[in-house]
Parts: sequence; structure tokens; C-alpha cells
Amino acid sequence: MSALTQSAPGAAQSDAAPEKELRPPSYWPFVVPALVVVLAIIIFPWVFTIWMSLNEWKVGSPTTFVGVSNYLRLTTDPRFIESIGHTLVYTVLSVVLPLVFGTFAAVVFHQKFAGRGFLRGIFIMPMMATPVAIALVWTMMFHPQLGVLNYLLSLVGIPPQLWVFHPATVIPSLVLVETWQWTPLVMLIVLGGLAAIPTEPYESAQIDGANLWQVFRFITLPLIMPFLFIAGMIRMIDAVKSFDIIFAITQGGPGSASETINIYLYSVAFSYYDLGYGSAIAVVFFLLIVLLAAVMLYARQRMLWTEIASDA
Amino acid sequence: MTPSQFNVRQIIGKISLWFAVLVIVSPAILFFLWMVSLSLKFEVDNAAYPPVFIPEHFAWKNYADVVASNRFVTYFFNSLIVTGSATALALIVGVPAGYGIARMAAHKSAIVILIARITPGLSYLIPLFLLFQWLGLLGTLVPQIIIHLVVTVPIVIWIMIGYFETTPLELEEAALIDGATRWQVFRHVALPIAKPGIAVAFILAVIFSWNNFVFGIVLAGRETRTLPVAVYNMISFDQLSWGPLAAAALIVTLPVLLLTVFAQRQIVAGLTAGAVKGG
Repeated sequence: MSALTQSAPGAAQSDAAPEKELRPPSYWPFVVPALVVVLAIIIFPWVFTIWMSLNEWKVGSPTTFVGVSNYLRLTTDPRFIESIGHTLVYTVLSVVLPLVFGTFAAVVFHQKFAGRGFLRGIFIMPMMATPVAIALVWTMMFHPQLGVLNYLLSLVGIPPQLWVFHPATVIPSLVLVETWQWTPLVMLIVLGGLAAIPTEPYESAQIDGANLWQVFRFITLPLIMPFLFIAGMIRMIDAVKSFDIIFAITQGGPGSASETINIYLYSVAFSYYDLGYGSAIAVVFFLLIVLLAAVMLYARQRMLWTEIASDA
Repeated sequence: MTPSQFNVRQIIGKISLWFAVLVIVSPAILFFLWMVSLSLKFEVDNAAYPPVFIPEHFAWKNYADVVASNRFVTYFFNSLIVTGSATALALIVGVPAGYGIARMAAHKSAIVILIARITPGLSYLIPLFLLFQWLGLLGTLVPQIIIHLVVTVPIVIWIMIGYFETTPLELEEAALIDGATRWQVFRHVALPIAKPGIAVAFILAVIFSWNNFVFGIVLAGRETRTLPVAVYNMISFDQLSWGPLAAAALIVTLPVLLLTVFAQRQIVAGLTAGAVKGG
């Protein structure tokens, strides 16, 4: 919550006082149509999902209320438990790698060079391009015999890989695509942070003779930390939910080696049409994302406190 | 430090900067060039090892085949209708809502947007799929238009809240004192100023709706597929003809790539303001 509101452009606090007597309820008519839409397509589905998760609900057969038994079934479902592991590995890698590369890219794009605007446009294309179209081309590039990636590896003397066609390499290969796709978003957020840094610390560091790494480590990094945190949070939410790339390239395979919670949820709900159980997965999945976000917020809070403590 | 030393350092700095730039942008450039290359090669060249980058003969017919193939035009118009309607509806309800929320300073209401942002697209699909089935809408484009609102409405509301918070209140207050109604103030004072913000919301809503895949694979029938779903279905049936497949992929994503290049400023502004992404 705070992460996203912080990133919203300047709240109009200073205007709050004189506006007060004119304010509610006169602005409500502006909000009502959107409220109706949000109720219909966001709130109603949520309430209905929770209700369905308490029922045995399969397409084409009568529904029966079963209480929490769908949730109990989750705890003994090996495919679900395995999918949690896949999701966590996929998510951690898909947060950390774009953060590292995105920060580097932001530092570079913060410099002035000819054609910067145009190159930045090229750089953000992977994130805007249609994921399915991208996935299709990556599938061709991953091809063990005809794919261009194995050819590129052979140029530097690395033996051919099976990429998404082997259980051991499928998740790293998918993370490669995800990283390629979403590093630009991290870059944009961090670039926004870099633009806000004052120049004085850099000038004094130059006088003190600090090298590039020291400048980055002790001046830039602490100052862009809030932005890295926002980027990491957004990246986490998107990586956990990642669907298009995984589904279009592997459909969770080979076997179930890349089956994340979202992919498993799809299978349960729309291949087996087990909608009650699928709803239970959706609820647990949502709670898991909230939990991960809470853990990140807590870790950030702890970091801030230890920083303050070490300053004192 | 002597001037010549300084120059050497400057040159080394320049070279390493350009090297870094090259390293950063080459994955994107090489990928899209390879995509174009795949789409312009005959099967012989696409199956060649070592791979051919620029073929002797360009297979323009890959593009002609895709466009001429059964229903491609239908799917294109499906995409156009779904994205167009979902974006238009989102602007109609979302722009006034963003205005209202910003003026009421009702920041807590943004929590709904946040929930929408966190929720996996599939969890909307289960209940809405049943609802559309009961209403007998499944053979039409209506379910997809409605469910794409899940993507477009939060984007528009979020960006418009942020935008209206930065627009000046003085003019609006003056108009109110002159006896204008709130609707007139919105229509004739606030809305004209908000055009750049609306442009940002429009562009992002179009892109994320156009790119959406997950809603289509569940809700689309044979006649109601959007382009991403149509392309996905080509993979399963046409595993081995890479040329037409790559051509189809490029056609699908080309409108979005062009928007990215020509509206880069708006996209960057929108993404860094809220970092919203649908589905």
C-alpha cells in the first residue's frame, strides 16, 4: 500500500484546507459509475470466489457446501505444494536479477550520451511487447537443435543446453525471459530515483578521491534504496503472478517442472473445471502474495531501524 | 593532473560508457532483429545450422500467408473491438472517478485499485466465467470486453488520480464562485487541462488490454479470439513452420511496439507514476 501511494505524484495536501467546506458529498456523482464497475468486476468476483471455495463446485454437476474441505485438500495436494516451491524459486530469481541489471542500466541511462532517448525507447520495448508473441520467439530460440541460443553458446565453447526442455534448466530459462522482459521497469523506477538525488554528495566524494564503485556503494545505493524497494515490490507481485510467458512456452512442463501456482490454478479451474477447488487455490494464492508483500515491508522496516541504530 | 592525462581519462570514460550502453540495449535489439529475421525466412533458412541471419531471398509471403489465413482479419477486428471498447468504457467511468477521488482526497479508496493490482487475473475469471455462462454471453465478445475492464479501469483511475492532484485548483474555484456546477467545472475547466494525463491513461490501457492473453484463452471461442490467443493457437497446430509463426507474432505486437517508440514519454511517465500493470 504505502509503496504504491508513495509513488503517486504529490498528494495535494496543501489544498486540503480551503476545499473542505465545498467537498463531500458533491464529488460523489463523479465516482459512482466507476464504483458500480469496480463492484461488479472486482468486488463481486472476490466475494463469489470465497463462497465458491467453500463448495464442491464442478462444471456440469450439482454444487454442495463442503466448508473448508477444499482448503484441507490443498495441504495434502503434492502438486500444489510442489507448485509453491516452483513459484518461490521463480519469484526470487525474477526479482533479484531485474533489480541488479535494472539498477546498472539506470546508472548508465542517467549519464548523458547521444541518442539516449531513442535507445531508452528500444530498451523498454521488451516490457511493452505482447508477451505471447515474445514467448513464441523465445521458444524458437530455445530449440535444442535449431535454436539460435545454442549456436551463440557454441561460439564461446559452451556445450548445447536443453533450456526449457529439461526439468533442471526450465525455470532458469524462463527467468531469463522474465528478466529480459522486466529489467526495463526496474530501470525506469530507479532512473526516477537517480534524477531526484542532489549533486552535492558526488562533488564532495570526488574531492575525497572516491572511486566509481565507492561512489555507487556509499552514495548512490543508499539514496535510491526507497526506489529499489518499490521496484522490488512491484516485481515480486508481477513475478508471482507470471502466467503468459510460462504458459505459452512450457505450459508448466516438462512434466510439472515449471508448474507455478498460477499455472496449476489454470489447470484445476479450466482444464479439470474443478471451480470450487480452483477458487480455494485463488484465495490462498492471493493471501500468499499479500504475505510476501508484508514480509518485504517488514524487512524494509527492520532495515530502516538498524540503519538508524547504527547511525546513533 | 595534466591536460593530456585528463583527456585520456575522459576518452576511457566515454568508451566504457558506450560499451555499457551497448551491453544494456543489445539483448532487446538483437531479439527484435532476430524476430524480423525469422519472419522473413523460408523454412530452409530457418532450419539451417549455423543459423542464417540475413537470408538470400526474403520470404515476404510469410506475411501474406498470415494475413490471408482463415480468420486472421476477424481476430484482428476482435482485438480492435475488445481493446477499443474496454479502453473507451474505462475512460468514461475512470476519468471522472479519478477527478472525484482526487478532489475528495479520498486516498483510502485507492486500496481497491491496489487489491485489483495484486489479484491474479485468473481469480476474476472463475466467477465471471460462470456468470457469463449463466447469462448466455459466451459466444460473443461481450465477456471479453467486460473482463478487460479489470485491466483498463484501475489503470485509468490510478493515473487520473495522480494527474488531477497536480492540476491547479484556482481556476476551478473561480468557476465555482461564478456559479458553475461541479459538472460544468469538470467538463470545461478540469477536463481540458487533463488531456496529457488522459493520453497517458489511454495509451497504457490500450497496450495492456491489447497484450492480454489469459482472459482470452478461457473466454474466447473459435470466432471470438483476440490476436494473442490466435497466435498462441498457431503454435500448437503449426509447430514447425517458424517463418509464418514469427510473422504472425510480429504483426500482433507491432502496433504496441510502434506506440512504445512514438509515445515513449507518456509511457515512461505513466509507468513510473503508478507502475500499474493489469491482469
